[in-house]
Amino acid sequence: MKAPAFDYVRAESAQQVYALLAQHGDDARVLAGGQTLLATLNMRLSQPALLVDIGGLDALRGIQVQEGTLRIGALTTHSEIEASALVARHAPLLAQAAPHIAHRAIRNRGTFGGALAYADPAAEWPACVLALGGTLVLDSAAGTRRVAAADYFLGLFATARRDDELLVACELPCLPAGERQVFAELARRHGDYAVAGLAACARPVGSGAQRALHAVRLAFLSLGDRPLRAPRTEALLQAGPLDAARIDAADAALRAELEPFADLTHSAAAKRQLAATLLRRALHTLAA
Amino acid sequence: MSTPTDAPRRRITVHVNGSTLVRDVECRSHLVDFLREDCGLKGSHLGCEHGVCGACTVRLDGQLVRGCLVLAAQADGRTVETVETPFPSRRLRALQDAFVEHNALQCGYCTPGMLLAALDIVEQQPGADRDAVRAGISGNYCRCTGYHAIVDAVCAVLAQQQAGRFADEQVSA
Repeated sequence: MKAPAFDYVRAESAQQVYALLAQHGDDARVLAGGQTLLATLNMRLSQPALLVDIGGLDALRGIQVQEGTLRIGALTTHSEIEASALVARHAPLLAQAAPHIAHRAIRNRGTFGGALAYADPAAEWPACVLALGGTLVLDSAAGTRRVAAADYFLGLFATARRDDELLVACELPCLPAGERQVFAELARRHGDYAVAGLAACARPVGSGAQRALHAVRLAFLSLGDRPLRAPRTEALLQAGPLDAARIDAADAALRAELEPFADLTHSAAAKRQLAATLLRRALHTLAA
Repeated sequence: MSTPTDAPRRRITVHVNGSTLVRDVECRSHLVDFLREDCGLKGSHLGCEHGVCGACTVRLDGQLVRGCLVLAAQADGRTVETVETPFPSRRLRALQDAFVEHNALQCGYCTPGMLLAALDIVEQQPGADRDAVRAGISGNYCRCTGYHAIVDAVCAVLAQQQAGRFADEQVSA
């Protein structure tokens, strides 16, 4: 289908964006890469009167490392993250996740900030940012606000970003010494949204029968109305050596902790099974 | 929610296949409607119009994109290449020849997008094996051939490239 009629402005400054958002309120939408927004407009799921294209705001692009923090500008594309040596070194979780996002033509346009602002519970970046303990940087005419990922994702397509705010960047702690990161997802076809996915971080310690995981962070995608940590499973995993009994107990704890809803193709029970499968695979890699 | 009654328009200048074109377009027009309806370039096709099928694949500033997920207004001042470029690279010509030779199309609807996705693989992943080729075209749907012949054709050109056939031509993007 064709998009409904709307007006279009290519913003030349952040101040212009704030002014337009203040003036038009809910009738305006920010256009970044457009890989979700333009599809939903073509399907007439949304009818904004004005698109404010922020694609020309170069200050929102780029990947930098400063004092142990990896800062990714909101307009950085999925392809740029996929190809970044800085990301591969300081946040390998993101490098692993990027190829799962749609297809090359979409990764060339779609943006990190767009995905985090949209907050699709089936998207890769929200779960990764939650697992990494990232911070969302929100700018408005009133100034800059920083929100921890744990406080940012509030529900289905709902975030702590106010209507007058623009997500300008995400700050991630650089990979701590000894930490491992694993991303895995299960999708029906390459590039489809995941049926279930897992972004996992942990620091393996000890060897042999004393092999254990510390600082375990698990963030699941496509298993609820937002990216979800699994705190009870994480606590159980860190309580002692990672033997077969502990892995079985973690599997059971995860199934009890998650409350997925069925989608078009998978029941809640199937999603629990897939989440537990991803957990077992991730533990194998984290502890190897 | 208010919707404009008269569709707002913009004047845009786009460099298309080596020509600079100035057109008045509706703000809501996507790049492929612009190419097909305003520029008369019917080589880029529209399938799903929501970014799933890949029939609309074109290049924007040298990068592979979904033409249905880019507004014509966003292409203002930029460079667009479609399958009917009068200056095809030798790799693109070789892919077109290989598609014919390997029967890698039947109805041809996906072919323009498929060729550009294939060109991206040949240029960006010169060492791609069959699995990588399959992953590379996984965003382009073909409902006729079952993909096998398309993969054959792309692999044939990858082999030609490895044998040095295009060594004197730089990759464009």
